[in-house]
Amino acid sequence: MKDATGDRLTGEQRIRNFNINFGPQHPAAHGVLRLVLELDGEVVERCDPHIGLLHRGTEKLMESRTYLQNLPYLDRLDYVAPMNQEHAWCLAIEKLTGTPVPRRGSLIRVLYCEIGRILNHLLNVTTQAMDVGALTPPLWGFEEREKLMIFYERACGARLHAAYFRPGGVHQDLPPDLIEDIWAWTESFPQVLDDLDGLLLENRIFKQRNVDIGVVSKEEAQAWGFSGVMVRGSGLAWDLRRSQPYELYDEFDFKIPVGRNGDCYDRYIIRMAEMRESVKIMRQAIEKLEKTKGEPVLTRGKIAPPPRAEMKTSMEALIHHFKLYTEGFRVPAGEVYAAVEAPKGEFGVYLVADGTNRPYRVKLRAPGFAHLAAMDHICRGHLLADVAAILGSLDIVFGEIDR
Amino acid sequence: MASETTVDRGAEALRELAALIELRRPEAVEETVIAHGELTVVASRSELPALIRFLRDDQACLFTTLIDICGVDYPERDRRFEVVYHLLSMRQNLRIRVKVRVREEEIVPSIVDLHPSANWFEREVFDMLGVLFSGHPDLRRILTDYGFRGHPLRRDFPTTGYVEVRYDEAEKRVVYEPVQLTQDYRLFDFMSPWEGARYVLPGDDKGGR
Repeated sequence: MKDATGDRLTGEQRIRNFNINFGPQHPAAHGVLRLVLELDGEVVERCDPHIGLLHRGTEKLMESRTYLQNLPYLDRLDYVAPMNQEHAWCLAIEKLTGTPVPRRGSLIRVLYCEIGRILNHLLNVTTQAMDVGALTPPLWGFEEREKLMIFYERACGARLHAAYFRPGGVHQDLPPDLIEDIWAWTESFPQVLDDLDGLLLENRIFKQRNVDIGVVSKEEAQAWGFSGVMVRGSGLAWDLRRSQPYELYDEFDFKIPVGRNGDCYDRYIIRMAEMRESVKIMRQAIEKLEKTKGEPVLTRGKIAPPPRAEMKTSMEALIHHFKLYTEGFRVPAGEVYAAVEAPKGEFGVYLVADGTNRPYRVKLRAPGFAHLAAMDHICRGHLLADVAAILGSLDIVFGEIDR
Repeated sequence: MASETTVDRGAEALRELAALIELRRPEAVEETVIAHGELTVVASRSELPALIRFLRDDQACLFTTLIDICGVDYPERDRRFEVVYHLLSMRQNLRIRVKVRVREEEIVPSIVDLHPSANWFEREVFDMLGVLFSGHPDLRRILTDYGFRGHPLRRDFPTTGYVEVRYDEAEKRVVYEPVQLTQDYRLFDFMSPWEGARYVLPGDDKGGR
């Protein structure tokens, strides 16, 4: 091959940048992500994520369903920690309707939100380790996830798509033996975390693949709209549970782990530390639940069904039940933004209500969307192999990004 | 009791913030509303980037995190779309909502150079509602299919869409066809018959509206 002047080019001069597809079916893509990577040798020059392969039009569908029918859609966003999403939806409705949540209902919500956080972090930490070459952590972590999903199932009947949190509280009270079993689990789980740390924390390969990879500075984290572990990894002690407390989080004692370097390794350490904090919160919640035995878990107003027993004798209760599950309840006109500290970051629901039984517009603010948007910025200059490590550490789930 | 005082303090901070914005950027603000403990500022379209820059850089605001951009469609309004910006100040621990009302053919100035995260959010608003942003480096569709037509979150876009896809065994590829429903899309109207229903007699042109 010759160049414009007619001189012969050497082999090195002839190299062009190489474009490759990463995904949509790639085990390290965590779902259906297509990355178009431009590579100079092994160095990533450009990274263009193509998303939307799991787009189901949730926001459009929600406009034609009642508020209660919409609740299960929230489970299907981040299907790794379903109840945390429901929580934001319930908070938005409660904010607009002014519905109080009974103390016991609130405690159960806290308990299950922290279970969701552990579910999420277990999946993320272990599969990220698998992306960088470790096979044992997912096997150990998924065993614990299985136990947690059984707790989900015993509370609401479903392992994943719970539909357990309802506007005004939670659907039903927890059986006493379930609370005992969760307590027993919180006693054994820290040992599993220690074992996982034993596999990964000082592991030479794991550190080579993660330390100083995907560094995000404080300023970058804010400019790119990061939240959750992604900002805490960069050294900002920002946690909605602490800074804008919702539910009963202001009466719980827990620490907020903060990283120093903002790299993948710090984010791993923070996730592990957060799981330990979540166990602490769960134990406190269970202790508080012991003191509120027999109290209501749901505000029995017009937005919740009447107790089953009452429907057998009261005509009004029967009518109320029928109307609630056909017409649904109405939410006064207005707009609110309700956010929770979901395991991945700030999950928000922007709800525009027009006074009917259906939302006029819902915007679901998924934390992963902003994180993935920064993929190009973070990946530039890294090696191809680091893309998998960074992607894993961003904690991407396509259910919430594509919606 | 303790929580009530914090709510009061939060509302007070929002009122001060609203007054500050109106004082410093009077040309940008059309109105400010505080409802449900949230501050909404309706901004004029042309002054939007200046307002967002002020909110980001002013020491009393420091809204350095762009949480979200989304669009809302009101087909009956003259200015059909609302583009809604949610901003968060981690320093002040405050949130603010900035809204811009635009006509269908109007173009919103992009804020990508102020907040890089706006890139994808604006792409999403464009994809879902067809609102255009000027100065956006890469205004492509983001969530919908390659070659998708229409803007799904507009109120006049049917929930079923216009095309459906299937794998064609003969052609050995995925083909797009006009959507054919074996039964109509079921949109139940459960509004109470005393309030919601309108009984229109067929052919009754003179009947009251």
